[in-house]
Amino acid sequence: MNRILKTVLLLLCTAQVEALEFNQLQPAQSALSFGYRQMGVAMDGKFNKFTAQISFDPAKLASAQARIDVSLASIDTGSADADEEVAGRLWFNAKTYPLASFVSTGVKQLAGNRYQATGKLTIKGKTLDIVAPVTFQSDGLKGSFDGSFNIKRLSYGIGTGEWADLSTVADDIQIVFHLVVNAAPVKK
Amino acid sequence: MNTQRYTRTAIVLHWLMALLFFAVLPLGLYMADLKLSPTKLQLYSYHKWMGITILLLAVLRILWRITHRPPALTMPRWQQIASATVHAALYVLFLAIPVSGWLMSSAKGFQTVLFGVLPLPDLINKNKELGHTLGSVHEILSYTLSLLVVLHIAAALKHQFIDKDDLLSRMLPGKSLKGNLP
Repeated sequence: MNRILKTVLLLLCTAQVEALEFNQLQPAQSALSFGYRQMGVAMDGKFNKFTAQISFDPAKLASAQARIDVSLASIDTGSADADEEVAGRLWFNAKTYPLASFVSTGVKQLAGNRYQATGKLTIKGKTLDIVAPVTFQSDGLKGSFDGSFNIKRLSYGIGTGEWADLSTVADDIQIVFHLVVNAAPVKK
Repeated sequence: MNTQRYTRTAIVLHWLMALLFFAVLPLGLYMADLKLSPTKLQLYSYHKWMGITILLLAVLRILWRITHRPPALTMPRWQQIASATVHAALYVLFLAIPVSGWLMSSAKGFQTVLFGVLPLPDLINKNKELGHTLGSVHEILSYTLSLLVVLHIAAALKHQFIDKDDLLSRMLPGKSLKGNLP
């Protein structure tokens, strides 16, 4: 009896001291892409460089946090001309605003492994609220977050001047993320 | 119906394609060197829409040509052979150039969406290198077609104004220039 009690106590202690938290981004396995329409044509591209500080424990959603910084100059639209143009003043103005940043403000569970993340997205000095559905899947120590959300490019001043005409490049930009994050035990 | 003339359908197709050719070619030459801008993106789309329209017309035209005999030629044998060869090459190029453009667009990752509403399938996958090669093919074929068009026009003018055989009236809308031949 004494031994059983000791084991249970030990287990409880361990659980309190160490919890699995998904917090180590695996950049090589992760992807950040976007889709948009240009002259009615569905186009896509991706960002090659981004960092993320994530701490996510499905059992402790209240303390879940994410900050993702995207190097805007790392954009890959599929055409060198367009990459150069989009980094320029009328689009991202990447010299002055090199990063797009997402900072989470909360995560709630929708059902099963589906969550809803809210946060603030800052691009080109402008910060707007974002809501994104996220699916979390984990296989042991490896987890992945998948989701997408839409932004209106002009609300961030992306593509102004001659590009403000939405009949050429549409306002809606879909952001698609696939973040692979490894788990590590953390002390509470 | 004057049997010396092409059918009305053949004549309409011929002049429609001629009109589009003289629009799509200079547009292609002009747009390629433009700095990236909304105008450039629009012009590329217009160029692609015109090209696909030409492709559709060319298919129609070839089907029509197969099912309808053109009026007989009254000219030396070597001219008949030359004429048949150039015409065959024109048909092939009017198919091959739009198709090479379509494939190039797919390879470069810019799907063709006809008139901004009808997406054409990407027949090949995104492949930058292949896209570049297809671009060269598209260009070389276009120059070849331009040369043949010049030859085609020169031959028609030669028949009209040097041989004075009224060959041109076979393809002109309306009445023959010299009235109906016997």
